[in-house]
Amino acid sequence: MNLHIDGHRNENLGVLKLSGEIDAYTAPQLKEELLALVEEKREVEVDLLKVNYMDSTGLGVFISALKLSKEKEHHLKLINLQENVYRLFNITGLNDVINIENTVKGELS
Amino acid sequence: MKEAFDFVEMKLPAKSEFVGVLRLTISGVANRMGFSYEEIEDLKVATSEAITNAVNHAYYEEDSGEVTIGFGLYEDRLEVMVADRGGSFDLQEVKEQIGPYDERETVEDMREGGFGLFLIDALMDKVEINNNHGVIVIMTKFLYENEVGQSDDQISTTQ
Repeated sequence: MNLHIDGHRNENLGVLKLSGEIDAYTAPQLKEELLALVEEKREVEVDLLKVNYMDSTGLGVFISALKLSKEKEHHLKLINLQENVYRLFNITGLNDVINIENTVKGELS
Repeated sequence: MKEAFDFVEMKLPAKSEFVGVLRLTISGVANRMGFSYEEIEDLKVATSEAITNAVNHAYYEEDSGEVTIGFGLYEDRLEVMVADRGGSFDLQEVKEQIGPYDERETVEDMREGGFGLFLIDALMDKVEINNNHGVIVIMTKFLYENEVGQSDDQISTTQ
């Protein structure tokens, strides 16, 4: 029940690969790392392939990251969302405002 | 006639590291009752939202109290009750804040919190909130394995 955050950076692009669960316990750590990356890099990608659980605390983190990216004129993109995770973006209407590429089913151990 | 049901109760510290413990518990309870994989995912999110609200109240009030969670396992449904004894909030204000995003909203105006109750409402079949002494959220999810005629039967047998 933890979240593992793996960050990669090159010149303009920052990538965060996440694995585990995003909830009230793990969201603060994600927020800190993601906001730092959005502040620093023009293009930021968050790979959620191995995120098997997320709730509204995760939505909150991505909204604050999106706000910061607009402010800085940077770009934020979420990729490889599991169906149950994408569903929350869909129910809340956030899929219309956040750039989401590619949803997947499976590939989880 | 009184309806037969099993009841499970647990108390957890009002700390965020226990939100995941509640998810494991609800998975076990819902799986035993025969809920589908998707329904169990819904239940995990909804109960996590409820306990997260309770944990946040405790945090703001510097009260490291407990959250009480009750599961009522009925023949046709699961009722989950999440109660925190902490202070109350303005229910009307909370209700006004919930809802999906409006595409016309600008990014700057978007709220970062307040999706919890909206998700509970969207993912469960019935939600009641009682705000008299602390906050109690009671959420119900029905088991739809024998759907035929269920709605008619329910009306006639419920007292």
